[in-house]
Amino acid sequence: MSAITFDHIRKSYGATQVLRDVSLSIESGEFLTLLGPSGCGKSTLLRILAGLERQDGGSVRIGDRQVDDLRPKRRDVAMVFQSYALYPHMTVAGNMAVPLRMRRLNSWQRLPLIGKLLPGTRPTLAEIDSEVSRTAAALGIDHLLARKPGQLSGGQRQRVAVGRAMVREPAVFLMDEPLSNLDAKLRVQMRAEIKELHKRLGVTFIYVTHDQAEAMTLSDRVAVMLDGELLQVAPPRDIYADPHDRRVAEFIGSPKINTLDGAVIERGLMATSGAKLSVPESIAPGTKLTVGIRPEAFSLITQPDAPNVIEGLVHLIEHMGSDLFVHLLVEGMNEPLIVRLHAERAPHIGSGHRLVVGVKPTQMMLFDEAGHRLQKTAISESRVTPIRETA
Amino acid sequence: MSLPDRKHEARQRGASPASANSRSTKLADMLAAWTLAGPALALLIVLFFLPVLAVFVIALTDWQFGASTLSFVGLENFEEVFADPGFRASLFNTVAYVAIVVPGTIILGLAVALLIESGKSFRAFYRAIHFLPYMATLTAMAIAWEALLHPTIGLVNQTLTGLGLPTANWLRDESTVLPVLAAIGIWQNLGFAMVLFLAGLKSIPQDLYHAAEVDGADLWLDRLRTVTLPMLGPVFMFVFIVVALKAFETFDTVQVLTQGGPGHASEMLLFTLYRESFQYLRTGYGASVAVVFLIIVVALTLIQARVMDRRVHYQ
Amino acid sequence: MMTRIFPAPAAILRHAALLVTAALILAPFVWMVSLSIKPPGEIFRASFSFWPEQFYGIENYTKAITQAPLPRYMLNGVIVCASILALQIAVCAPAAYALAKLEFAGRDLLFALVLIALLLPHEVLALPLFIFGAKIGILNTYAALIFPYVVSPFGIFLFRQFFKTIPDDVVHAARLDGYSEIGIVWKIMIPMALPAAIAFGIFSVVSHWNSLFWPLIAVSDANLMPPPLGILTFRNEEVGIDFGPLMAATVIVIFPLTLVFLTAQRWFIGGLTTGAIK
Repeated sequence: MSAITFDHIRKSYGATQVLRDVSLSIESGEFLTLLGPSGCGKSTLLRILAGLERQDGGSVRIGDRQVDDLRPKRRDVAMVFQSYALYPHMTVAGNMAVPLRMRRLNSWQRLPLIGKLLPGTRPTLAEIDSEVSRTAAALGIDHLLARKPGQLSGGQRQRVAVGRAMVREPAVFLMDEPLSNLDAKLRVQMRAEIKELHKRLGVTFIYVTHDQAEAMTLSDRVAVMLDGELLQVAPPRDIYADPHDRRVAEFIGSPKINTLDGAVIERGLMATSGAKLSVPESIAPGTKLTVGIRPEAFSLITQPDAPNVIEGLVHLIEHMGSDLFVHLLVEGMNEPLIVRLHAERAPHIGSGHRLVVGVKPTQMMLFDEAGHRLQKTAISESRVTPIRETA
Repeated sequence: MSLPDRKHEARQRGASPASANSRSTKLADMLAAWTLAGPALALLIVLFFLPVLAVFVIALTDWQFGASTLSFVGLENFEEVFADPGFRASLFNTVAYVAIVVPGTIILGLAVALLIESGKSFRAFYRAIHFLPYMATLTAMAIAWEALLHPTIGLVNQTLTGLGLPTANWLRDESTVLPVLAAIGIWQNLGFAMVLFLAGLKSIPQDLYHAAEVDGADLWLDRLRTVTLPMLGPVFMFVFIVVALKAFETFDTVQVLTQGGPGHASEMLLFTLYRESFQYLRTGYGASVAVVFLIIVVALTLIQARVMDRRVHYQ
Repeated sequence: MMTRIFPAPAAILRHAALLVTAALILAPFVWMVSLSIKPPGEIFRASFSFWPEQFYGIENYTKAITQAPLPRYMLNGVIVCASILALQIAVCAPAAYALAKLEFAGRDLLFALVLIALLLPHEVLALPLFIFGAKIGILNTYAALIFPYVVSPFGIFLFRQFFKTIPDDVVHAARLDGYSEIGIVWKIMIPMALPAAIAFGIFSVVSHWNSLFWPLIAVSDANLMPPPLGILTFRNEEVGIDFGPLMAATVIVIFPLTLVFLTAQRWFIGGLTTGAIK
């Protein structure tokens, strides 16, 4: 049984459609990342799940319950916000106690002063206190309990926000760009901690980010979104090696995938403005195609007349340590071709040199005019997953 | 090289050994700055600092307006002021007036701000109406209030009669006059407090409300208590002091509506200051009242400055 | 989302509550207008209605304008407020620029003086200023109404804060372009600080247009009175219990500023709340 199901969710703000018919199932205990550039609708989808916004159409299920008409409180989800959204006037302990107080005390017991005098309030408060301390200890923030958010560092605030979400042991953990306000070093460290936390708690995590490194390292599956559409949902490896859509291929991977537009000129051969490349025989001549080639798919070769070879002028070399990113100016191409080479294998390359690179047909991803992946080509060496209809 | 250029250059040199003309450059800089700031400084001294000094001096002398001699009498004027039942009534009335106007203005201003902010329709319309009294000429509006409160033809008494309730001669009755003036004070300042609260409400991050909802603050009252009111804390203190200052400085309504009467029932500090200084020409007495008034206002403003520091706490 | 938190009944309650408070706020305005168009007979009738049986507005308003020099009061208000504002900006902007952008010995002291002056309520200074005005013989002239306000500590403070947000490089560039220091103030700083200038202008004009305390002390000649003092004198002397023309006069005094307020609401509220820190 899946933990969460989005069923044909639609949402617009005025004339802007932010979610176009999004359907997605998330398994219980899974770590799923919603990945996409800002404005793609990923945060909106998360907020709809939390009950902070209402969809225009479609429905959301958590477990076996349809939750569309439930308030956030009843959905049993916890959320970590990008801004952390800590209550600045409360101590860390106070912040972490809020979700428990709101659930375990009734509205009379929550009243200031009078509430404390009502039967049952004091024992409940003591219980809440001890649970807060336990969670804080688990996160290593127990020494901060008496401080206010204003006195904490970014990383500490982030932990408090996680603690506030964790303390009530929710069935689903939602995180909306929780690391984007941290510096690079801390981000890597917190990333590992979140991964660890997921392993320890074993509950469903839904994580929103625009950072593909976070998505790739953390997730069981990544859902790539663009312009309110869900383009592909797959494990990180497949998202990279086996993108179903040209936009996914272009969004994932750094440096960006090289794309060459062209058309099939005869059975088994297509021409782009810079090169002739082999394609499956099954594609009819005249078909317009785009070829995507990852920078690391190229290798240096010596004979320039072989098929699947591109020749160009070295324009720029970026040294990345173990690797080089070589920008090749290819005749007929508007943008430089980016080639990733092992540093020790290409010590002699310099700016202005002519370079010939080749690519195996299996490393080429073919997309039709609409940007859909052509299934016929053999893809990554590892495994071929059947392409599922998306959205 | 023009003067400003040299100045700029001099600044860039910073602490390097002084060049031959750096002394004259600095002098030229000073000259430019003081030419710009000079008129303001001269006027500040003539129109603010000498007068405030003069008030203290006059308060310590027996000088009368128009007299050619004066001698220092120490604190005699202050003794006279504080022994005067009229002044004591004035001070008491002012404090009582402030004690009604400040909470009334804050509570109503906050309530109206929350009501306006809780929906999207007609926001500008409601805001404009509630703010109107704050900018309308108070002297003229006091005359309108006089007509409204008129014992026989006023709308207030006519309405009360129509409802079968007892009426009063609001501005001529010792027991009602101060509360009525306070009501007018609230009427005038409520919109101002409302605007400040609205600005405060707008600056509360939406994420906090969302976090509160996910945390389980379902009820409006819960969100009010966990997010809205604490986040308004600094605005609260600011409004408190500003409205208190405005209330202390109430003059127009007293002058237009009651002249401090009946008896001393509605006499307030600024009215006393005005009457003693400019109608009775009791210069020393008036100056002493001015000093007392100044001390109260400065104390309040300094508290405000301290309170504004509290904003930092939430950062 | 909004609709879920505030379902229809709550929205209706919101409007109901706000309409009640709005009605209370507007009561004096409404009553004022109502009386200003009623004949004396209806005013003194013990029943009430907003609209008169006999429209008497023309008579009341004519009487207000002819019996009291109302147009004169308004003109005085315009003259006094415009002079004050022009002088305040002329004095305050250069000083604020010097405080914000120039380095000179005594700058901190000058700014401290500005802050102290900001603390002083003007009513406290009235007595010495009155004596000063009497000594130099300008009481009961326009000058008497204007001179205490020629320098505004609040104006200096506000402009300084705003000028400080303008990057120094703008000033440097202007100098390289050949502007004099005073030229920089008027041609560069003030245009860039226009929102602050407008806010200050509104604050200054509204507070001096509405001011009663100082005019009451400074002038006694009816030809010099600004609107608040004028209408007070009108009530005390001319009409006694003749409410119709008196209310007509108050409407006339309130009207111009209210009209401008309603058309430029945002600017007004901004300007007057900025003034609150004074």
